Order: sequence, then C-alpha cells, then structure tokens
Amino acid sequence: MTTATTATGTTRVPSPPSVPILRETITHTWYMTARQFRVFLRQPVYLVITLIQPVIWLFLFGQLFRDIAELPGFGAGTYLDYLIPGVVVMNAVSANMWAGMGILEEIERGTLNRFLVTPLRRSALVNANVVAQGCSTAFQSLVMVGLGKLAGAHYPGGFAGVLVLIVVASVLGTVFGAFSNAVGMVARERETVIALNTFLLLPLTFMSSAFMPPSRMPDWMREVARFNPLDWALTATRSAMRADPDWALVAERGAALVGLAAFAVWLSMRTFRAYRKSV
Amino acid sequence: MKHTERTAATVHDGRTPGHTGPAGTGAPAIEAHDLVKTYPVKGRPQGVRALAGLSLSVAPGTVFGLLGPNGAGKSTTVKILTTLAAADSGTARVAGHDVTRDPARVRRAIGVVAQRSGADPAATARENLILTGHLFGLRGREPGRRADHLLDRFGLTEAAHRPVRTYSGGMQRRLDVALGLVHHPEVLFLDEPTTGLDPEARADMWEEIGRLAGEGLSILLTTHYLDEADRLAARLAIVDHGRVVAEGAPEQLKSRLHGDAVHVDLLDPAGPEVREALARVPGIREITVEARAVHARADHGAAAVPEVLAALDHVGARVGAVTVARPSLDDVYLRHAGRRFDATNPAEAGGDAAPVEDAEVADASDTREGETR
Repeated sequence: MTTATTATGTTRVPSPPSVPILRETITHTWYMTARQFRVFLRQPVYLVITLIQPVIWLFLFGQLFRDIAELPGFGAGTYLDYLIPGVVVMNAVSANMWAGMGILEEIERGTLNRFLVTPLRRSALVNANVVAQGCSTAFQSLVMVGLGKLAGAHYPGGFAGVLVLIVVASVLGTVFGAFSNAVGMVARERETVIALNTFLLLPLTFMSSAFMPPSRMPDWMREVARFNPLDWALTATRSAMRADPDWALVAERGAALVGLAAFAVWLSMRTFRAYRKSV
Repeated sequence: MKHTERTAATVHDGRTPGHTGPAGTGAPAIEAHDLVKTYPVKGRPQGVRALAGLSLSVAPGTVFGLLGPNGAGKSTTVKILTTLAAADSGTARVAGHDVTRDPARVRRAIGVVAQRSGADPAATARENLILTGHLFGLRGREPGRRADHLLDRFGLTEAAHRPVRTYSGGMQRRLDVALGLVHHPEVLFLDEPTTGLDPEARADMWEEIGRLAGEGLSILLTTHYLDEADRLAARLAIVDHGRVVAEGAPEQLKSRLHGDAVHVDLLDPAGPEVREALARVPGIREITVEARAVHARADHGAAAVPEVLAALDHVGARVGAVTVARPSLDDVYLRHAGRRFDATNPAEAGGDAAPVEDAEVADASDTREGETR
C-alpha cells in the first residue's frame, strides 16, 4: 500500500436516469449469471457430482425396476424408454430444490447485502438464479438423454420430443428453485429448507407417473397426481416424446408449468421486501 | 449544531497527505434524525428495539466515529443509512438523498464495507472488483482499469488472480475496502473494519482510513475499539441502547469530564496545610491526601501544574514528582453509559479489552508498592 493515488478521481459513474431500466436489468442479469457460471466451473468436484448424480438415478432405477415394463397394462417400449423422462424430471426437482441453501450461504457470507447496497437491480438477482439453474438443469438433462441413448433407449418423438423434455425439465426446475429461494429468504434457516425438501421429494416423485404409469396407480394416488406439477411435466414430456404426440396436451400442461414458474419467481422477488424488514 | 471543523487529517499523527478534501459544500454528508427500528423476535410480542431515536450529523470530508458495544445499534444504523434496512420511523439523508424516498441515488453515492466481507470467495479479487464496476455502470475497459488501479493501491496486485478464499484476513479486508471504492463514492461506510485483524493488519487499515479521509471522503466508521475511534475520528458519537448518549470531538468529550487527574508525590508526610493550600487553587477539586501522595482533579491538568506547585511551595511542602493523566474515552464511556466500556463486551475478552485491564492492574499494584515502601 505504497502508492497514494486518490480514490476520488475525476471519472464519474453515469447517473441513473441515463440507463433505461429494462436494459440495465438485462445487463445486470448477464453479469450475475456469468458470476454463477464462473463459480460453478471453478469447482470441478461440484461439476462432477452434478453429472454423476443423474447417472446413478438412471442406472439404479433402470436396473431395479427393469421388469416393471412386463407388467400388463404398462404399454409399449422398454422400461428404460419409460424411465428417462422420469429420472430427468426427478433430477430437475431434486437439484433445484436446494437453491435456498445457496441464498442462505450468500446471506451468511454477506454477499447478498453487498449486492443490495449497489445499484444492482433486485430482479436481476433473481433472474440470474433462474437462468443459471435453468442452464444447469438443461445440461444435466441433456447428459441423461445422451447416456440413455448409449444404453439403448429409443426416442420415437425425435428431436422435438427431446427438446420438450429439456425445456419442461428446466421450467419445473425453476418452479422448485424459486420456491426454495423464497423459503430460504423467509425462514432464514437451513434446517427449514432441508426438512421441507426431505419431506417433499419422495412423495412428489412417487405420486407422479415418474416410475409407474397412472394406469397402475391406486385411484386416490392418480387423483393426487393430477395436482402434482411433476406429473404435469411428465404428462407433457411423455406425450411429446411419443411417435404421435398430443400437442394440445403438451401445450396445456406446459402452460400450467410456466404459470406456476412465473408465480414462484414473483414470490421469490417479493421475499426481498420481507428480507429488508428483517435484516 | 457547531461542527468543530477539525479536519480528519489532523488526527493521524500527520501521516496522511496534508491536503483536505472538498469539504466546502457545508451540507452534511450524512444526516439522521430520530431513527427508530424494532426487530421482531419470537416470544417477545413487542420485539427488540435496536434504535430508540438515534440522530447524528456527519460533516463532509470528515471521519465520524460511531462507538459502542455490540448490540448498541451501530450496525442497524449503518444498515438503515445504506438502504439495506428500513427504519420504523425517523428520517435520514445520505449525500443529500433521502434513504427511503431515493434509495437508488443513495446507493450510487455510497461505498459500503460491511462487517462480513461479502466478496465472492471462489472468484479472484480482480473478478470481484470488475463485477462491482459493471454493476455501477462502468463499461468497456473502464472496470478492468479501475480494478487494476485499486489492486495496486491496496497491495493486492500479486494476489489479483487468486481466489479470494486463499487470502489472509488483512488482505480480504483490504479487498473489501477496495470493493467499496470502485465507483468513487462520496460517502464511505466502514462497519467495524478492523475487528478480527491482527495488530499489523490493523495498523495498515488505520493508515489506509487516514489516507482516504485525507482525500476528502466522508467516512462513517463504527467500532467498539476506543483507541480506534480516538485515533481516527474527528468527531464521534457514543451509542448505547439505540441512542446517542454523547457526541463531539474525542478531545471535547474527554474535556467535558471532571477533568484530568493530577497526582503529586511529596517527599515528606503531608500536613493539613497541604489540603488547604490546594483548595485555594482555582479549578482544583476532589482533593484526597494520603501520607505522601495527593490526588486531585483539574479542568486542564497541565495548566494547573504550575499553580499547584506554587501553592505547595508556599506552605513548604517538598514535591518529588507530579503526573497528569488525561481522561480516556473509557472514562467518557463510563460517564455516559454508566458502566466501563470493556465490561460491556465480554465476548471481546480475548481482544483489545485485555491489555487495558492489564494496564489498570499494573497501575494499581505500582501504587500499592509505593505505599508499602
């Protein structure tokens, strides 16, 4: 610390009204997303784990439930064909529902507060989480689809079907990521996030058509599944991945998911206001 | 309010560059009026009152110290002034902008160094600085240039491309200050900038704060270290239970006490005439006479010494030594908060409180030895 140059120089930061809000939101979202990717890529262990986990899902369930496809009323194809959307969707939920832990870490470290006292647009903070998580989910989903192909799975719906699977998984991931963020911001306790996730993941997964077609479910479970966003995602993707997709059904369930995701993101932004009261 | 315009630069042993900043505008850099803030707490329906009507005013281009123990309301004040938290009532303006009505302008005008670092540990120092530059609207090559300049200034150039998590406490703190300066703020908030630093890193930080003050920044510094406030702040406010209990320049605060302690060691045992002689000296009071020692208080101890000596000489008392002790901020704190400063801070027992206590114990034992000899 020998150079005693001045901190207050002549260059001035542009004044706020000169930058339109929308453009500022977009550039801020870009910078904050880039930050998350940089951190993600710099932790190779984390990167490897996020790839290994879906592989384990795929082969564990693939081996365990292989014979289910032979049950009467299951429908055509191998169990692996059936399983891939199930594992992709389950992974989208289980990977994103921990987002609240990330925000808690940022709060504890003081990072969130540091950003909140800069002109950073609040929405960019939430947007960056959505974009980064969405990209990460899409990437994981793509890896699973590729591995499934290697293991001999068929994708009769072709490229369009796979695209729907990946987009729907990312949107579902956004739903759970944003809800998890909101829970973390409001509860401010890791325990709450952990308890909620542990409580929710298995019932949500098994009360959907992830591993078992609705025709083989008990009646009450089939009723419950109709209100389960995981099941919306699975119904949409399974249809899109068939040789003869029912696009109206895909659009209907897809729209429901997008609506729910928008609500979750809105809720997540609202919690910043609650945070300001408690900080 | 009369601001004693003692510029911040004069309180740093002349180590800062001599020029003072553009303090001429006159409008306060920070003005808080009657801030009240209550936090909700489970099981306590009325919550916990962190601020109970806190007011303060910081003149531009000066260092203002907010001194008080943990939980006194210092950090809450900083959070409100930096737009992080909303006050229940009261108003505050920072750099001329209202924190409630115009938080966006306040955020562009302030740099904040919070208690917890907030730097991204997985990113490098340079990346942290560049991101901050981008968020403040710097474009093109400007963020990189600004980052390199600050890295150089804070002695972090060599470590610029290492992840922040590998940094020592002192380096991390220097980066925190650099992050607060990226956009040339008018007002800088330093919330306990030296807590947890080793003595060397602390001395570095003090020097840096002095330098910043010399460059004309207005600085609000919170600390629970008396020596830090005494050394760096041109004015300070003592905060206790969410309100300011005393405010002024450190010297003013100290001179508002009963005055300096004057101790006289006599060569012969004192007779009653000694007390009578001293009682006639103007400004001397609270006189206690022991066998060969006299203790008294004086408004201005050093100025009173010649008169004390003359009075003693007049009655034939031979003087061995005279000492005058200036009141410390600890005394000020004791007076205004009703308890000793370090006693309010048991969590910090391992920190700076310990040497102070040691010094007092040492003094006491010296006196005892003197008496028994």
